[in-house]
This record gives sequence, structure tokens and C-alpha cells, in this order.
Amino acid sequence: MPRTTLDVPHAPGYAAPPAMRHLLGIEGWRRDELESLLDRAKAHLPGAPDTTHLLRGKVVANLFFEDSTRTRTSFHMAAKGLGASVLNWTHTGSSVSKGETLLDTARNIEATGPVAIVMRHRSSGAPHLVAKHVKCAVINAGDGTHEHPSQALLDAFTLRQRWGSLDGRTVLIVGDVLHSRVARSNLHCLKALGAQVVMCGPPTLMPPGLESLGAEVTYNLDAVLPRADAVMCLRVQLERQEQAFLPSTREYARLFGLNAAREERMKAGAVVMHPGPINRGVELAPAVADGARSVILEQVSNGVAVRRAILEVCTA
Amino acid sequence: MSSTVLFRRGRVIDPRNGVDGVRDVLVRDGKVVEVSEALLPVPSSAEVVDATGKWVLPGFIDLHVHLREPGEEGKETVLTGCRAAVAGGFTAVVAMPNTKVVNDNAMVTELVLNRARAAGLCHVYPAGAITKGLKGEELAEMGELVSAGCVAITDDGRPVMNASLMRRTLQYATQFDVPVMVHEEDLTLSAGGAMHEGTTSTRLGLRGIPASAEVAMVARDLVLLEETKGRLHVAHVSCEGSVRLIREAKRSGLRVTCEVAPHHFILDDRAVGDYDTHAKMAPPLRADTDVQALREALVDGTVDAIATDHAPHGVLDKQVEFEKGINGIVGLETALGLTLELVHAGVLTANRAVELLTHGPAKAFGLPGGHLAPGAPADVTVVDPDVEWTVDAHQFHSRSRNTPFHGRKQKGRVIQTWVAGHRVFDKGQVGQSKESR
Repeated sequence: MPRTTLDVPHAPGYAAPPAMRHLLGIEGWRRDELESLLDRAKAHLPGAPDTTHLLRGKVVANLFFEDSTRTRTSFHMAAKGLGASVLNWTHTGSSVSKGETLLDTARNIEATGPVAIVMRHRSSGAPHLVAKHVKCAVINAGDGTHEHPSQALLDAFTLRQRWGSLDGRTVLIVGDVLHSRVARSNLHCLKALGAQVVMCGPPTLMPPGLESLGAEVTYNLDAVLPRADAVMCLRVQLERQEQAFLPSTREYARLFGLNAAREERMKAGAVVMHPGPINRGVELAPAVADGARSVILEQVSNGVAVRRAILEVCTA
Repeated sequence: MSSTVLFRRGRVIDPRNGVDGVRDVLVRDGKVVEVSEALLPVPSSAEVVDATGKWVLPGFIDLHVHLREPGEEGKETVLTGCRAAVAGGFTAVVAMPNTKVVNDNAMVTELVLNRARAAGLCHVYPAGAITKGLKGEELAEMGELVSAGCVAITDDGRPVMNASLMRRTLQYATQFDVPVMVHEEDLTLSAGGAMHEGTTSTRLGLRGIPASAEVAMVARDLVLLEETKGRLHVAHVSCEGSVRLIREAKRSGLRVTCEVAPHHFILDDRAVGDYDTHAKMAPPLRADTDVQALREALVDGTVDAIATDHAPHGVLDKQVEFEKGINGIVGLETALGLTLELVHAGVLTANRAVELLTHGPAKAFGLPGGHLAPGAPADVTVVDPDVEWTVDAHQFHSRSRNTPFHGRKQKGRVIQTWVAGHRVFDKGQVGQSKESR
């Protein structure tokens, strides 16, 4: 039998190193790069010295092909805080409905002269395509089910505010990991910063290979809950029921919802997080979302500081 | 052009006839006349091709090519597809029926055959549709298609989802003894998927197509095959599970054949890299374990043919979001180099590699050629096994450039292609077609 184990080299492209100019994803970022960005974000917290000179006279383009409130307004405020003007482009009522391609839209926006394009798109990898064809910085504000890097950075920032360091901490991510860009970015970010990541959800919503990306996977929330220093609940979309990922949101809430009874079994000092928007009563009981452990609104306010730091670093 | 050609002192590899050694090959009036270990006398008026240090092979046969005509002539035409074919060493191609007027009737079959005759470069064997309009609902007129010249029937690009319709297709086809060529994909399992389901799809956040989307359909069709005693050809097998089932079915005597595309035995799903739509095709690039299993199946005879699934597409079809990117890559001009990679790596012997490109496909579809015994068609491909070169998509004779192999270093290249004793490709130039002669 001839040798069949000998490997013919594969095409290149696997785990390409990140370009600092763009922020397409957290994957591939080194710990020191992440930490320096997070340290920089401290200088953008409320009460810090004025930073409106940093991007004065510059334009930041918000290119949102998908609905968003929190991320779009957060990037908007971040750009304003650096003194930039903001071009706000949304898909509704745009040339996209006339059949314009993504690249044409992006190139036309680029022609107006922004220093950065902040982009959200329903297709995974869409910002990567744009980044290959424009000269300004591209910042991924969420692409399909791939990554949402600014969310992971603001989550890490929030946890660092509490703990100082993430080393040795355990973060439990609960829910629809399969469809979650937040989960992927957080996995890469938290791991790089020294935390352990446990992912928990129904088997139909856990994609293959999570272990090889560094996560511990479990289907039993109650068993892992007491170990967690932070519990991050993911939004469960109601249409998953129709696609047979779940029998019902009721059953989901019973098995994976963070309710008051479960909250009581959490570690002292452990926090509850959610990237929003919340399905109250499904993945998170209202009393927990608004309770003492919740840092959900801190996440939102930290978002602006972190995004200022992102814009600053990417346009430097 | 001379009608008598003597290929001198090349290494003739003719797996069907058990030949592998230095020979002289004499062809006359479109047929092989003699293959000799001894030096043959040069007949008067014969053209002599000095093949010293070269391989003289039966012309390659590709069971799976999309020529795009009629309907998508911007991507490829029968002429440009034939030019790409002979540049890649192929002297015969089977043209898929999923053109933008579907080849589900004799008129379209004849159009393709007429265009091929006008091109005058290589043999083109049309495959007819299984169902009218490839809709998967009603059978196309198989008898008419076969008598018009179709050598196989297939709804390629789409599966036959309806099991009862598939069963009747296999039954009905037995009267013509044509292979039923199947694109195995359970659409309920692949729905929304953009690449193989695995760690890479998880990393990239792309909806995965599980291997079961293919394997489950292969299993179904082998069960139907056993019951109907029909003849099944599984197109572009991509995963380990399919290979295992086909191997077992062959052992139990079922009339099943299959093909593997070079991209599936060279690349795995990691080639998607940074959302490269040139690594997007159906079936998708699979896991490294699947690549391994395909290589073993190429070696042990489970696979009958290497077929390219040459699928030309325009730049705009590929320069889009990955999920929107259209499936498929061109393959005719890269097939030999990629196959030889397995030879250089010690996976395949040269003899087996040639068999998979010649006699294997000829036998699977019952086509002429694929060997060089006296009386065989004088379809000959001359290969320089040592020349090192780099794939340059801009140099393709195909009208399309969609390949993930641009820039790849290769060793071994087609230098001449002869069809029916006529030189149709030489030193990078495609011979004049009859159209312009």
C-alpha cells in the first residue's frame, strides 16, 4: 500500500494574523495587544480628560446592514467623543434594496473619505471582504454568526474593572452558541486573557469543535453554575423553535434560563451578563436581569469607552 | 496536418493494456496502429514526435464538466471549454445538462454536439437531465436523449430528492443501460449551509453542511440500486462515509461507479481560510480525515475516475459575501498537476493516476478511448513529468478564472494533446479549431 498519510500542503490562510488597522475579529489577537487596548479604554471613561481632538475633522462611517440600536449608537457616541463626524448609513431605504453589491456600497461610502468604516452585516465574513477592497480601517460591529469583537472587548473590560485580572476566572456562556457571534468573540477574548470558558446550551445549539477552540462544553447548567465567576446569557431567538433546534422557549427557560432559584446557587460575588437585547423570562428572569449580580448596564456604558479606544487604535 | 504520427521513445503508460515502459506509438487515420518496444521505422510522410523523457498517455477523459452553453456563454462556451480541456490534456469531456436551457431534450443535446463539432478540438459527450427542467418532478424523455447522443443522465447540481422518482429513474434507465449520475445532497440537511460542518465552520460562523447530507443520500441510492439492478454513478464523492458505502456496494456486486474531484483530495475545509469564495463548492471541501479517506479510495479502486466538476463562474459570482458566493471552481487546466501531487507524495503510482484519468472514466461510462491498443482512437496526451510551473489563472484557456489554486506550484504538465491523430494543443497553444480553419 502506498503511503497515504503523507500530507500534501494545504492552501494557506488558516488563522491569518490580525491586522491592527482593521478590527475584524478577536481571534488571533495576542494577550498584550488586547490588554493594551483595554488599558487605553480607561482613558475614555466618563470624567477622563477631553479626547475630542483625536479625530477632529475626521469622518467615521457607520455602515449597518442589519438592525442595531445598542452597537450603532455606542459607536456613534464613541466617534463623537473623539471629535469625529459620523456618517450613519443603514440598509433600510438604501441602494441595497436596488441590488447594489456589498463592495459597491462599501466603495461608495469609502469615497466620501472616512477614516474608518464601522460595519454590521448579516453575513459572516462580510467585513473581511470589504477590508480587502478599501483603504480605510474596517471595524467589525458584528458579522453574521462569526464575531462581535467590540462586544467581547467591552465584556472583558467590565470583568477587568471588577476583578483586575481574568486569570484563573471561569466564565460560563449559556445559550445559543451556534448562532452567536458574541460567544465566539468572547471565547477568543476570554481565553487570551487567561480565563476559562465553559459553554452550556442545548446540544442542537452547540456547534462542533468548540473544545478544540478552547471551550469546555456541557449541557447541564445546574452542574456548572456554582463554578462560574460570571454567567453570560445569550439571546435565544424565537425562530429557533420553528427550525427544530428547540421544542419551545418554555422548555428552554426550564433547562437553561437563569432564574432566581439558579441565581441563588451562584458563587458569592459572581456576576450576570447579557449582550442584549434580552428576552426577559426566557434566557434571563427579570429579577435576575435587574438584580444585584447584574452588570448588564455597566456593559452598555463601558461600551462607549471601549469603542473609543478601538477607533483610536484602528485609526492611529 | 499529417495523418500519420509516430510518438518516439516516450514512456507509455496505458493501464488498461498493462503497458508501462518506453515505446514507440504509431497512429494513422485517427487510430492507434502499433505500440512497440522496439524502434519503429519512420513511415514516409509521418510526423515524428520525439517523446524522450516524456510520458505518452491515452487522452484524459473528464466525466464531469460544465460547459455553460447554451445560456451562460459569459462564463464558458463549448469552444472555450474544449480549449481548456485540451490544454489540460483532456481529449473527451462529459457535458453536464444544467445549462440555462436545460439539456432535457434532443434539441439541446444536438446544439451542444454541433458546437463541439464546430470547435473541432475534443470529444464532447452530453449528459441529459433526469427530470424536465431539473425540477425533480417529471422524467425527461430519456430514450430521446440517449438516441440523440447523451451518454449518461443526471440532474447534476441538484439531487433527486424524491426517493420514488429516483427509484423509477434507475428502473427506467436499465432499458438503455446508461449510468444514472447523481449529485448526492439531502437538501433538508444541507439547507442554508455554506461549507463543511466542523471546527472551521464553527470558527468562521458559517452554517455547516454535515457529511450526512451526502452519505445519507448515497445510502438511499445504493439501497434503490440493489432493488432495481440499475447502474449508478456517484458524482464528486467528498466524504469518508460515502466511500465506505460505495466500497461495500462494489464488493457485493452492485453496478456502482464514482468519481472524485481533485479539489476534494487536495484541500480540506481549512482552505476556506479568510472567507475565500474560491474554496466554495458543492459538495464542500471536507475534513482532513475525509481527504485521507478519498486518497485511500483512489488507491484501492473504490474510486473509478478523477473528474474535475469544472464549473466556470464570473468574478461577480465570487466577489461577494461568502454565503452568497456561487458554488464551484474551474478544474480542467489544473487536474493533472493536482493529481501528480499525489504521485509525487507517494500516494498514487503513476500508473494508477493515469488509470483514474483514462481507462477508469472510459469504463465507468462505456466511452471509447482511454487506452492505446491498436485500433483505439488516436487520442494522446503527452506530459512532461518533470517541468515545474506555477498555476496562473490569467493564462487559462477557459473563459473563467475561479480557482483556489492560482499561484500553486506544480510539477508535471501537459505539453501536447492529440485528438483522433490531430494535434490540438502544443506548447501552450490550442490548435486552430475547424471553425477558424
